[in-house]
Amino acid sequence: MTHDTRRPDIPGTTLFDGAMARKGYALNKMCYSFNSAANREAFLRDEDAYCASYGLDEAQRSAVRNRNVLELIAAGGNIYYLAKLAGIFRLDVQDIGAQQTGMSKEAFKAMLVAAGR
Amino acid sequence: MATITGAVTSSHVPAIGGAIAKGLQQDPYFNPFFAGFPPVHAWLAKAKPDVAVVFYNDHGLNFFLDKLPTFAIGAAPEYRNADEGWGIPTMRPFRGDPELSWHLIDRLVADEFDMTMCQEMLVDHALTLPMALLWPGGGECPVRIVPIAMNHVQHPLPSLSRSYRLGQAVGRALDAWDEDVRVVVLGTGGLSHQLDGQRAGFINKAFDLMCMEAIVDDPERLTRYSMPDLVREAGAQGTELMTWLAARGALTGRVSKVHSNYHIPISNTAAASMVLENEVSVEANA
Repeated sequence: MTHDTRRPDIPGTTLFDGAMARKGYALNKMCYSFNSAANREAFLRDEDAYCASYGLDEAQRSAVRNRNVLELIAAGGNIYYLAKLAGIFRLDVQDIGAQQTGMSKEAFKAMLVAAGR
Repeated sequence: MATITGAVTSSHVPAIGGAIAKGLQQDPYFNPFFAGFPPVHAWLAKAKPDVAVVFYNDHGLNFFLDKLPTFAIGAAPEYRNADEGWGIPTMRPFRGDPELSWHLIDRLVADEFDMTMCQEMLVDHALTLPMALLWPGGGECPVRIVPIAMNHVQHPLPSLSRSYRLGQAVGRALDAWDEDVRVVVLGTGGLSHQLDGQRAGFINKAFDLMCMEAIVDDPERLTRYSMPDLVREAGAQGTELMTWLAARGALTGRVSKVHSNYHIPISNTAAASMVLENEVSVEANA
């Protein structure tokens, strides 16, 4: 069996591999900290200071400020950790899906229902 | 020796936890998924397992990118759930079976599966929700568990082939366990779904149905999909199929399908459950 280690080209998809994991380490580490309610509150109290304490780079800081999931992914964010950040803003995976696909949440949900037919 | 009664596979979509907490099992949105479980309960009542070996994937509760094992096995007397960050209610703790865990560890490493060994291990919704679906009600769970976490966060992920062979090694180890216990093997996750990117919301019904058929009689067919192929066919998170393949691999006898249920969507996911019975041959039990 041969293994192709090149990053596969799948439209609309960023595989979270070693390169992305290195790039996004600080951002994902911050998001992982949101498993703690105290840390979520600290973020909400002073977002700038909280992001700075995890050493987010400019692209990561900007993506967090913009609440923009595609930017967060491009900055190395992994969706499972980003879900913890999104949870702070009470956004669920369907809100996130709608934002990434440029649809309303209703249209996104309708698309999923249609996939079952 | 241990008796491997069969495997139960199920999706573990977080929205299921919300529905359980709010008592929405009969709600028209959720019911087509929950309706798949009475046949599972009926089978469990006959199979009477004492222990569940659970193949699942941690989503950033116990493991982070600082130390991320490809395969990790719990060896704790108890496993707790905890705050996952986005609001799912924290579930009941589960009793472990350290003796069986260490037996599996000894056998698996001897079998060249170099497991990460965890005497403390938080278990996330990927374990707690299927347990709540199989044994609802919230009281003390009637089975002990041995959790086996598979890396599903960071590529390279373990291949389907490797996952299947891990399951086979677990099956061999269970067959070699002296205690007279009845075991059910769980695989949690899937089926097709994608949460991230412009392709979010991707679902592939035809592929899922093919997988649910092949996993019964021809699991080797599924092991030929590479991870990139699987992402293409099943979505970026559809790769959780690895847990189903591991559970299937652990069935060392003759396998037959008792039950299956498939529904689109729960949240962003094609949600499914299956029961595969393992008929142990008389010679093997002698």
